[in-house]
Amino acid sequence: MLVIKCPVCGVEGEEGDFHAGGQAHIARPASSNPENISDIEQSDYLFMRHNPKGLHFERWRCDRGCGKWFHAARDTVTLEFKGYYAINELPPVELMEQAKGYWAEHFASAIKSSKRPKS
Amino acid sequence: MSRYSIFSLARNALNYHKDWERAWRSAELKSEYDAVIIGAGGHGLATAYYLAKEHNMTNIAVIEKGWLGGGNTGRNTTIIRSNYLQDSSIAIYELARSLYEDLSQDLNYNTMFSPRGVMMMCQTEHELRAFQRTAHANRLAGLDCRMIDRTEVKRLCPIINDSPDARYPILGAYYQPRGGTGRHDAVAWGYARGADERGVDIVQNCEVLGINVKNGKVTGIETSKGSIKTAKVAVVTAGHTSVVMEMAGVRMPVESVCLQALVSEPIKPVIDCVVMANTVHGYMSQSDKGELVIGGGADSYNNYSQRGAFASLEHTVTALVETFPIISRLRTLRLWGGIVDMTGDRSPIISKTDVQGLYVNCGWGTGGFKSIPGSGFVFADTIANDRPHPIAEPFGMNRFAEGRFIDESVSAAVAH
Ligand SMILES: Cc1cc2nc3c(=O)[nH]c(=O)nc-3n(C[C@H](O)[C@H](O)[C@H](O)COP(=O)(O)OP(=O)(O)OC[C@H]3O[C@@H](n4cnc5c(N)ncnc54)[C@H](O)[C@@H]3O)c2cc1C
Ligand SMILES: [Zn+2]
Repeated sequence: MLVIKCPVCGVEGEEGDFHAGGQAHIARPASSNPENISDIEQSDYLFMRHNPKGLHFERWRCDRGCGKWFHAARDTVTLEFKGYYAINELPPVELMEQAKGYWAEHFASAIKSSKRPKS
Repeated sequence: MSRYSIFSLARNALNYHKDWERAWRSAELKSEYDAVIIGAGGHGLATAYYLAKEHNMTNIAVIEKGWLGGGNTGRNTTIIRSNYLQDSSIAIYELARSLYEDLSQDLNYNTMFSPRGVMMMCQTEHELRAFQRTAHANRLAGLDCRMIDRTEVKRLCPIINDSPDARYPILGAYYQPRGGTGRHDAVAWGYARGADERGVDIVQNCEVLGINVKNGKVTGIETSKGSIKTAKVAVVTAGHTSVVMEMAGVRMPVESVCLQALVSEPIKPVIDCVVMANTVHGYMSQSDKGELVIGGGADSYNNYSQRGAFASLEHTVTALVETFPIISRLRTLRLWGGIVDMTGDRSPIISKTDVQGLYVNCGWGTGGFKSIPGSGFVFADTIANDRPHPIAEPFGMNRFAEGRFIDESVSAAVAH
């Protein structure tokens, strides 16, 4: 059983109280001319998923509370939630740094730019 | 290897069953093989068996991190049927179902195939029409299946609630008389024994930790018991497909989720067919031990823990209590989960990859027990000849980019 806490309204519940929205941070390949998008890019967008054994980043919806979508980082082995963040945000840097495999690649540039000294 | 027969049984009975030979060796890992199969589930073992039997490849190994058959093959509810919607699916599932018919004789191992009939309930007008469409598709493909009406459903399964006042009344069913169940462990054990007898090394408690690739070609694997040189690696690891394929740098379009099942305390025989009720998300049959074997839908989130959501089981049981009111007082004896690998079109992947010598067989999701013999047969042929067997070809990984989906979410609306 999962123990989930909505970062928007603060209610706590199990998976029956929330809706699992699948992998987070999937960007639709964008172009003003759809023909510029290759079949591989389009099928990756639709079907290719990070499927890590360990830390994962997902979208969840607070079904029986405020109804809002949010992001969560969860371990797929221990089933523990490691952190929550807003639906329009990237994970906190310390969580991005813990990511492995394809997620680590995914966040590499975001981690780098967060480290850049602010001018 | 001695053959099992009525005479060997009698002979061993006289010895108080103390002299039975081991069914397979506990093989030592060699440093080099012609091919290595990762994962000793039903699909991996069947692949090894047919590689040895049909293609004379006996210098091969099956590497298993736990015990053979301890993955989903030993955790499933053993429903066997072939009445899928798409032609490519019908071809592979019916090949498998027909191989099941004679599998005990072929393996000299009782796999207890029991073609007791599978009924897929139609409980809404929409479901009735969808199954009629499947029935026509299956008839064109020559499958022995038919639509039956409510009276026949009740005759075949007297404990079903056929009241027209039910929340989802029985409008009929789609029936495959030669579908049924088998003994899951025996399928794994029988293939293991048959492969071992032909010289295949089955190495258990040996985890694959890396796949070595040089210049786009497989050169070997790293395991917890040492390195192996090989030019061919076949990955057959179900829920762990993404993890193992990542070792070779190949991304897979699958997600791992938990699917659960449970059995009731054993009771006298009450149901001698398999009933699947897709609209309400549950299915049930009875094991030879008398337990009611119950399953339902998969969980909705990624999971590698073999522990599922209580809510999913509750949902399944609630639905089945309405469908079979007599089960409401039964107690649960055991419940468990397995990690299944789901693809976007709910069809498997049997494929070569961009890495030369790397093959993958996965994505069977909630329904790959029924396909073990057929999948092993065509995958062995694919590996031996380094080109897809005609029945495996449509299941290539490139289908997602090419838009050739084999959409089975209709005929597999529930786990099966
Ligand atoms: C609860 C449940 C009910 C089901 N009911 C049905 C049903 O009624 N009918 C039906 O047709 N199908 C059913 N299925 C689906 C079916 O069980 C699977 O599709 C099928 O068993 C898959 O077989 P496999 O050989 O591919 O995988 P598995 O049997 O899971 O074997 C994969 C093996 O790979 C090993 N492995 C993984 N990683 C490594 C590594 N790094 N190194 C070495 N070894 C590794 C694992 O330990 C495992 O033994 C059900 C599944 C579940 C969970
Ligand atoms: Zn909320």
